[in-house]
Amino acid sequence: MHNKYSVINTPVHNVDGIAKVTGRATYTFDVQLPGMLYGKILRSPHPHAKILNIDATEALKLPGVKAVVSGKDTLGIKQGIWRRYKELCDEQVLPMDKVRYIGEPVAAVAAVTEEIAEQALDLIEVEYEVLDAVYEPFDAIKKGAPEVHEGIERNLNVTRHIEWGDVDEAFDDADYIREDWFKCGGQHHMCMETRACVSSYTPEKRLTVYASTQAPYYTQGLLAGVLGMREGDIRVIAPYVGGGFGGKFELDGAMFCSAVLSMKLFRPVKIVFTREEDLIASKRRTPMFYYVRTGVKKDGTFCARESRVFTNGGAYTGMGATALYLTGFFHSFPYKWRGYRYDGYRVYTNTMPSTSMRGFGAPQAMFCSEQQIDWIAADLGLDPIEVRRKNGHTPGYEVPGQAFIGSCGLDQSLDKIEEWIKSRGKLPANRAIGISAAGFMSGGIFNWFDTPYSFSSAVVTINEDGTVELHVGCQDIGQGSNTTMAIICAETLGVKVEDVKVHSGDTDHCPADLGAWGSRQTLMAGNATKMAAAEAKRQLLEFATAKMGPNIVYDLDIKDRWVHLVSRPEKGLDYTQVVKEALRGKEGQRIMGRGFYTPHRKGMISPAYSYMVQAVEAEIDEETGKIGVVNCVTAHDCGQPINPIGLIGQLEGAASMAVGYGYLEYMPFEDGKMMNPNLVDYKVIRAPEMPECEVIEIDTFEPEGPYGAKEAGEGLTNPTAAALGNAIFHATGLQMKECPILPEAVLNAFKEKREKEQEKKNA
Amino acid sequence: MEKHLIHITVNGHEYELYINPKTLLIEAIRDYIGLTGSKRGCETVSCGACTVIIEGMAVKGCSVLAMQADGLNVTTVEGLEQNGKLSAIQKAFLDEGAFQCGFCTSGMLMSAKAFLDENPNPTTHEIRDGIEGNICRCTGYNSIVRAMSSVAQGKYREE
Repeated sequence: MHNKYSVINTPVHNVDGIAKVTGRATYTFDVQLPGMLYGKILRSPHPHAKILNIDATEALKLPGVKAVVSGKDTLGIKQGIWRRYKELCDEQVLPMDKVRYIGEPVAAVAAVTEEIAEQALDLIEVEYEVLDAVYEPFDAIKKGAPEVHEGIERNLNVTRHIEWGDVDEAFDDADYIREDWFKCGGQHHMCMETRACVSSYTPEKRLTVYASTQAPYYTQGLLAGVLGMREGDIRVIAPYVGGGFGGKFELDGAMFCSAVLSMKLFRPVKIVFTREEDLIASKRRTPMFYYVRTGVKKDGTFCARESRVFTNGGAYTGMGATALYLTGFFHSFPYKWRGYRYDGYRVYTNTMPSTSMRGFGAPQAMFCSEQQIDWIAADLGLDPIEVRRKNGHTPGYEVPGQAFIGSCGLDQSLDKIEEWIKSRGKLPANRAIGISAAGFMSGGIFNWFDTPYSFSSAVVTINEDGTVELHVGCQDIGQGSNTTMAIICAETLGVKVEDVKVHSGDTDHCPADLGAWGSRQTLMAGNATKMAAAEAKRQLLEFATAKMGPNIVYDLDIKDRWVHLVSRPEKGLDYTQVVKEALRGKEGQRIMGRGFYTPHRKGMISPAYSYMVQAVEAEIDEETGKIGVVNCVTAHDCGQPINPIGLIGQLEGAASMAVGYGYLEYMPFEDGKMMNPNLVDYKVIRAPEMPECEVIEIDTFEPEGPYGAKEAGEGLTNPTAAALGNAIFHATGLQMKECPILPEAVLNAFKEKREKEQEKKNA
Repeated sequence: MEKHLIHITVNGHEYELYINPKTLLIEAIRDYIGLTGSKRGCETVSCGACTVIIEGMAVKGCSVLAMQADGLNVTTVEGLEQNGKLSAIQKAFLDEGAFQCGFCTSGMLMSAKAFLDENPNPTTHEIRDGIEGNICRCTGYNSIVRAMSSVAQGKYREE
């Protein structure tokens, strides 16, 4: 494809790359301030208990201990990231009177060393009254179950209903109806940098917070709420962030406890979670029980779908409310249904809260939907690719009452994957290819944080030498948004990426932005950046036009630092010279452009959707139940790619996390206690197990996105577990209804299958 | 506990440290010497974020005591670049985008370098086994494997 752009879709180094490969990149984990103290958090050993008394007398006697705080040292404000809805603000990070999960913070210590702080934890006496606890949604929803939050009937935290079309009539019209139950497990974000925060409160009554966060503005707003401060008196700095994946945009214990301690002591306090703390007391992907009923015509045309979901919400709401909505919407994806009905129930339990994680409810939705589609195809003797082609979204389609689909490369993706499967030829026994289609959003449109700011903002300032300062509020957590924004800015202004310095991750100096989640930054912050750069460019071109004096029907542009007539590119001026002279003409005022993006009239979910079809080739060992993923190939429509090196990295990274969700990453709980809270027992994909991940880019243009770009990197977490399940189905005939698909489950399924076959023979 | 005096050479500089014998090498490097490029990501010698090179061998800095490195040469990520010039493996990581959040990168680079120094002509299978001890949560490793392969194939060899 001819690249009509100078910078977009050309390989450039990550703008933070040299800092990262030389070890100079400083994370919150590395921050060291003068006079800094170290904090540690005392955590609840009980899944559900009243706090009767906390006695820190002995702890305070330990030399080196400076303070101990608990709920009564706080304002006791219940917080939640859905701050527009008071009833969903249900968490006191240091609870006043009861704990609701094992690992919940109870008190926090600040001391001169981490070791002393740790020792002090043992000296704090907490008197609990242990209460009956409940761990699974189907137990918690029963009448008479222990109440996780007082007065919340049947522990029902949030319910969601999505419906369109006449569902019952569409079912009546179906020739074949299939129903299945599925169970999708949790998954831990397992960021390499555990939760970490350094808070420093000073006599000016200002608080500076270094935080490992995906959204500095959320951290600022949430802290202001619970500390009774003005947002503007809190500065949140997110230097480099060691991963997020959906787990680091709520308020966490490190942020809150370090702030409370620092406000008491007027000294900086640093809290870093151990890996065990991070695993038991941060949050996790939402576990879901899924009931799916689907009606189709004999030829595979989809009629109706009805699904009910019960999620294990854990102790608090957080972003779980969003996950409940998105799983229901993406369970319809990427197909056209005459009738669709979804009911979701988020149920409180006495376990670690569940929340958003890369894919945001969609991987669970796809695991159930995409496997059932293959089983229906098999039941009816249809080709699973053909079934998907017949029912898939197309450009311009409107999901009734929910979403408008602009660009959509689903059809081409199916073609490419079909070609790839054919190219593999005949595979050995116990090995097969499964596919899954999927899609994802490019940023959410709903303002549950109740921000008065634009969803994304950017400011572009041009220095006298032509270098550019780009201030954005979007957050780089490794996904490369700083590089993406530098590319969009450079392309728009007509300069080189190395001319642009990106400033992000500091609420004092960068405009507010909702941060890195829901795949929103490329589209939303990208549009804001493009607008800001275009505004600055307009000021330059005004001056250049006046100077060059062309007929007004001719327009000017800048490319590669050359200001020129579009119709006669050789006729022009040097960019740096234009900047210098334009400054003089403005009495020395800097050339500055502002840009913003706030979605209006973009449906209920998102302004744009990515599409993809993935094929997973896997082999299954019948003796051990062991699964090996051999290949993971994706045809992927993310609109116009902006940053090709970053794009491939995001897609491969999504695959590694999604393959892990498919068969490896398992979080067993017993009586509310996570049984494998360390990296020996909680398995993630390592280099030898990682399959090759070829990506076939599908060329589309998204009208809502900057330069035609849309989501990439999160959505690809969605199809993999389902495609793996389908590979197992096609290799063995087994229908795996629980995710992750563990070897024991595969062995059991083989055993059941053999027993059934034996019964048949006997009969 | 009685403190001990040790001498460690890190990236060519000799440091004299007076330390508690329980101090881990990674603690000595980060907290005493102040080189914070090497990270820590677990307490179970599982993640490899703290990997450094001791006398040519990749070692997890949380798995040895500082005292065990007394008198030895240690290289950390900060020692890869010389006078502003990046080493081959650093250049390859940049070209391939073999990092994202960067938190595992320092350790990963050290494992990669030690492996390639020992195995100049590896297969991709051997490369994958060579970095098995290092977890990267972002990249899915394939870009790291490509970066290591391109170094092995001589793409960054200087004339």
